[in-house]
Amino acid sequence: MTGLTRYTSEVFAPVAARNAPRNEQGALATLRRHLFGSRFSTITTIVLMAIFLQTLPDFIAWALIHPVWTPDAALCKQAMGEGACWGVIAEKYRVIIFGYYPHAEHWRPLVATLLLLGLLVASCTRALWSQWLVLLWVIVMVAVFVILRGGWFGLSLVDTDRWGGLPLTVLLATLSIVAAFPLSVIVALGRRSNMPAISAVCTVYIELIRGVPLISVLFMASFMFPLLMPTGTKIDVLLRVFIGITLFAAAYMAEVIRGGLQAIPKGQVEAAQSLGMSYWQTQRKIVLPQALAMVVPGVMNNFIGIFKDTSLVTIVSLYELTGALGLALNSDADWRPFKLEAYLFITLIYFAGCYAMSRYSLWIEAQLSRSKAR
Amino acid sequence: MSETIIRFAKVNKWYGNQFHVLRDINLDILKGEKLVICGPSGSGKSTLIRCINRLEEHQEGDIVIDGITLGDDVKAIDAVRKQVGMVFQQFNLFPHLTVLENLTLSPMWVSKVPRKEAEDRAMQQLERVRIAEQANKYPLQLSGGQQQRVAIARALCLRPKIMLFDEPTSALDPEMIKEVLDVMIELAGQGITMVVVTHEMGFAKAVADRVIFMDQGQIVEQAPPDLFFNDPQSDRTKDFLSKILGH
Repeated sequence: MTGLTRYTSEVFAPVAARNAPRNEQGALATLRRHLFGSRFSTITTIVLMAIFLQTLPDFIAWALIHPVWTPDAALCKQAMGEGACWGVIAEKYRVIIFGYYPHAEHWRPLVATLLLLGLLVASCTRALWSQWLVLLWVIVMVAVFVILRGGWFGLSLVDTDRWGGLPLTVLLATLSIVAAFPLSVIVALGRRSNMPAISAVCTVYIELIRGVPLISVLFMASFMFPLLMPTGTKIDVLLRVFIGITLFAAAYMAEVIRGGLQAIPKGQVEAAQSLGMSYWQTQRKIVLPQALAMVVPGVMNNFIGIFKDTSLVTIVSLYELTGALGLALNSDADWRPFKLEAYLFITLIYFAGCYAMSRYSLWIEAQLSRSKAR
Repeated sequence: MSETIIRFAKVNKWYGNQFHVLRDINLDILKGEKLVICGPSGSGKSTLIRCINRLEEHQEGDIVIDGITLGDDVKAIDAVRKQVGMVFQQFNLFPHLTVLENLTLSPMWVSKVPRKEAEDRAMQQLERVRIAEQANKYPLQLSGGQQQRVAIARALCLRPKIMLFDEPTSALDPEMIKEVLDVMIELAGQGITMVVVTHEMGFAKAVADRVIFMDQGQIVEQAPPDLFFNDPQSDRTKDFLSKILGH
């Protein structure tokens, strides 16, 4: 040990663990550190403040201080430029929310929407997760269909092409999400299959769909598909559009899920195999629970995308929320100038939906991360 | 102790076209035998034991496990896997399931044992590896040594005739190796057939009936541990032993 000094400087004494020092500078100091901590954040803070001060007071004055609340087109015209015309919503909200649906029957889409929203809330509630939920889905879906379409129980018949507004948006988004998710899982597994035929079919499907905009898919579903069918067969346009959105969304989601599948270590599958588990048992019990937990943010991205993409079905003459707004205002010269206000109104509705979904996804992530906690 | 339970007859395996990983392997392992396989990395020892429960496929020759010939027949593979437990270097516990759920999964879904019975069985095995108090924790909340003992218990829940260990202590901190080896030594005293890939020569001396040395896909030398360590025949074995025992 020549040339090496032995270090035993003092007698070894264990140091007891203690808590980290607390940050006791107070809120103001924290705020100053975050907003003016460096030259860059100081400049950013000032620029943003300037923008806010420029725009925010004007917007508040327009939206809240000088607006016209009553559905009076003449008053609205006078106030134009000064204040918003919220009267347009009071005047047109029923068409915006229910579209072409017969005016006297608006209670039916209202009940249907409430049923659907109730079903969604129930499905998201952990305490209610059981096989009964499947039954509830079947019951509610049948009820919604019966109520909207009618033709039974003394309800007048309303064909699907007259369904519109918020109920159509919620119905299309819900059905497409519920159908696209399992399909995307199957396609993602299929693309990774050892069997070349299955893998090829899934790859071609994904690449084909991703190579086409949703609008083209909807056009095909709506106009081309009937031409290819034998004459006389009629498939409901709503059904065709639903299938179109589902196929489209599933292709994108499949790739997100495949990303999760690829992140599962090979050892997990080998362990399951060594325990005698079959392919499907391994996927269901070992691979998918872990893979899906990893891709919750990406999948929720797709869910939110589907919700908003339903607005594109307007181009094939199904007037969901966005389409119904056009329906309500385009043909009415008195109210047409106040589209902005109406768009802000449905923006709030879309935002409420998207924000709820995004918060829910955070909650799911928190639930799933518990097994990772040390 | 004379019945053959694992038979390799002229087994050959390649990875891709080039890499000849197992070359003419002939090997009979007897019922109840404790076999230790050692050798440099890339010598094919892991591949060899992974062929026993068909995590790897061989291309030529026959592998017969307890009378069942391994091939493409899925039923035969399932039957073999029910009798063969495996412990991996990286534990490969299922991180999204609790310790207890890790142990009951296969009995409940593969052997269709009722939940209550599967849980009783699982608790017995956890007692056996002295970790019963951790049953409701998640694997990542345990130390490496504890995780590997859970993995051993999980494999034992299938009540296998054969246990395979693929470098079970190589990923462990030095302080945790002993607790795993102790469990394995205890297990060895209970009559189960064990095939262990390891470089823990102390373990080999303590429990092995036979030690096999592999190099470049071939079995170079096999002997009972005292002969193997004290009187190795081939130069390759001597060289290997001098490297792993030489300090």
